[in-house]
Amino acid sequence: MKEFEPKIVAFVCNWCTYAGADLTGTSRIHYAPNVRVVRFPCTGRIDYNLIIKAFERGADGVIVSGCHPNDCHYTSGNFHARRRWIVFRTLLEYIGIDPRRIIFSWVSAAEGAKWADLVNKAVREIRELGPAKEFINMKQWYEFEKALGGFRG
Amino acid sequence: MSHRTFTITHENLLDVLTNTIAVGNRLVAPVRRGKKLFFRDVQEVQSIVFDFIQSDESPKDLVFPRVEPMLAHEYNAGNVYLIDFAEKLQPLPTILFGTRPCDAVALSLLIEFFNEGVGDPFVEQRAENLTIISIACTRADSYCFCTSVGVSPNDSRGSDVLLTPIDNDQYYGIVLTEKGNAFVKKGGDNFIPSEPKDVAQYIVTLREEFTPQEITQRLANAFNHPLWMDASLRCIGCGTCTYVCPLCSCFDIQDEGTQTKGVRLRCWDSCGFSLFTLHTSGHNPRHIQSERWRQRVMHKFSYIPQNRNLLGCVGCGRCSRLCPADMNLKEHLCTITKEMTEVKADR
Amino acid sequence: MKQLHERAHELLEQKAVSVIIGYGEGTEGRVRPVFIRTLEAVRLLVWDDRCRVNLAVYLNKPEIRKFGFPIAVVSTPATVRTIVQLIAEHQLSIGDVVVLVRENDTVRALIQKEDLEQYARNNPVIFPPFVIEEIELLKKMSIEERFTYWQEELAKCFKCYACRAACPLCYCEKCITDVNQPQWVCVAPHPVGVFEWHINRAMHLAGRCIECGSCTIACPVGIPIALLTIEATRVVKEEFAFTPGIDCNAPSALSTFRVDDKETFIR
Ligand code: SF4
Ligand code: SF4
Ligand code: SF4
Ligand code: SF4
Ligand code: FES
Repeated sequence: MKEFEPKIVAFVCNWCTYAGADLTGTSRIHYAPNVRVVRFPCTGRIDYNLIIKAFERGADGVIVSGCHPNDCHYTSGNFHARRRWIVFRTLLEYIGIDPRRIIFSWVSAAEGAKWADLVNKAVREIRELGPAKEFINMKQWYEFEKALGGFRG
Repeated sequence: MSHRTFTITHENLLDVLTNTIAVGNRLVAPVRRGKKLFFRDVQEVQSIVFDFIQSDESPKDLVFPRVEPMLAHEYNAGNVYLIDFAEKLQPLPTILFGTRPCDAVALSLLIEFFNEGVGDPFVEQRAENLTIISIACTRADSYCFCTSVGVSPNDSRGSDVLLTPIDNDQYYGIVLTEKGNAFVKKGGDNFIPSEPKDVAQYIVTLREEFTPQEITQRLANAFNHPLWMDASLRCIGCGTCTYVCPLCSCFDIQDEGTQTKGVRLRCWDSCGFSLFTLHTSGHNPRHIQSERWRQRVMHKFSYIPQNRNLLGCVGCGRCSRLCPADMNLKEHLCTITKEMTEVKADR
Repeated sequence: MKQLHERAHELLEQKAVSVIIGYGEGTEGRVRPVFIRTLEAVRLLVWDDRCRVNLAVYLNKPEIRKFGFPIAVVSTPATVRTIVQLIAEHQLSIGDVVVLVRENDTVRALIQKEDLEQYARNNPVIFPPFVIEEIELLKKMSIEERFTYWQEELAKCFKCYACRAACPLCYCEKCITDVNQPQWVCVAPHPVGVFEWHINRAMHLAGRCIECGSCTIACPVGIPIALLTIEATRVVKEEFAFTPGIDCNAPSALSTFRVDDKETFIR
């Protein structure tokens, strides 16, 4: 059987991780092609709703990454984000969604190798977890034929 | 069976229901989930609840679901594809069992409302496939006021079969429509033909607190009455009363989707929400809760009766039982009909 | 009760408050919120074990605010914490509310910051037994069981927003669920819309939820919805040593940070 290829969305900040991922490329380091990178001004802008939307629309895993503590371009965006992540992760776990599907990291502009490593590891781990089954019934809403019949509780 | 009236034992009734599931019908009946009572698809007839006054959620979503996909569109390689859900809808033949007479009346009014004018293919098709077996009320609580709004605890309007619990674990039943007839036919010998009976002694008696005409007359000039503000101070503007009401029919059309794919949905809405009337400009013609509460009462008891020969309420009492602020509709209507002093038509 | 009546009488007679928000006799043995503005109406006030709903929610209602501050509120320990939290969030000022509480069989009126905070600290919110039961039940579950549990519970939600309306801390004039440009939360009560709504509600109440349980009491379909906000607040307490509703000057837990917040989960 063909191995399951997880779809992973990476939400990264412009100033560190995006530059770091760039460096991975210019350094010609190979890494798993499963990730789609979305660039944000800062981790402080990465709303948890975006993470949810990614899963609902078919992601199996999400990577969230930005500047190391004290390196944020806007001084404290990542500190604020970190607090929200702590609460968000716990909530997901409470509602029954495996928090291992979201991988948080700090990757600086100089850490091209770390980025490659992070992505490779994430792909491996998410592959082991399998498709994001928790979101199946939500994804079905976007396959409209299945919505037929109206929704009752 | 040729008779319009019959008797059936409780046990045989359960057998008939089991059989309707076995032959591929969908059976929807009152079941408990935690402390609350819902109308839900039933696989095991043992889970059906018979001993209750009124369910928490109304059965209206069998014809008017909380979300109804109406159409979908997709843009692909220069072509636009459309799906019209009204054409694709194939509602399963459904037996709705165990509704109270007030709910059956409410459903018939709701269906009538949606089918007026151009009609509504969704509600229409769902209604066509629905057979309603009601059970007359032998008990009521202080929130019930069907008799005050022109409905009775053994009202037969809207039902296809009406059952009345009588002695010895038996039901006396009346077949009211062709659909009802089909249901009873399938039950074969379980239904024992009987002469028409007077079952009034088994039906709960409920005092008539007011008449529909009284309320409608009183409300005609009550738009500016201070009563609205006084009565609704404690209303928190949640949508509970609307969402549990079997007759509330307000909806909201929502478009969802992406750049290339989308779906149009019809969802429940409530006149109790401030967002309901909010304009794009930021202006809100019903800017405080008392105006929204007034709208709910006026719509049900004044505007609907003005336009059509019926009320927008069957007195099931759900809104009052479940209101977190204990806004009691019956009490409120009593105040309107008994204590409200006349006010000038307009200030 | 007699004490409460005397207090209420006094407050109205001296015109110290414009209205007293309290509990009165309702239908079928329930209590309901009442708004006492005249001396004759004072006798309507009751105060017993049934009086659990958080009346602070009315302090956000424009019609009530129009009566003018100060307003008196008959308060449970949860109501006091709510009022302190509303002060911390700049929705009320000290002196706007005369908080009537029971203490050792007497009725006290709290107005000043110190009194409010002290009472709030000394009187933690006690969950009703069914909430405790449910919390314990969830603690014992595996993650898969919790998933099934919430799937079943949330499938009931038809998005009447009673949980939002009943919550004294959900006071935003424009809720995120009502924002449609862009639309963050699907309006429809299908699995997506319901999930998004409840995650957002819990996130927005994290570290703010007083754990009064009003949302759960209000939910017409019986979802123990307070569990989500209670859990969110539990993390905030545990991780950031932050308890809502005990400090009138506290910053908001999620718009502040500490450099040494936990980061064991970050690679
Ligand atoms: S009347 Fe009750 S149920 Fe209806 S909106 Fe007001 S508080 Fe909610
Ligand atoms: S308004 Fe209330 S009593 Fe009347 S039908 Fe609706 S829920 Fe029932
Ligand atoms: S009160 Fe209950 S049904 Fe209504 S929106 Fe909240 S959780 Fe959903
Ligand atoms: S979320 Fe629920 S428990 Fe928490 S403060 Fe609001 S109403 Fe009370
Ligand atoms: S700019 Fe990179 S985290 Fe703020």
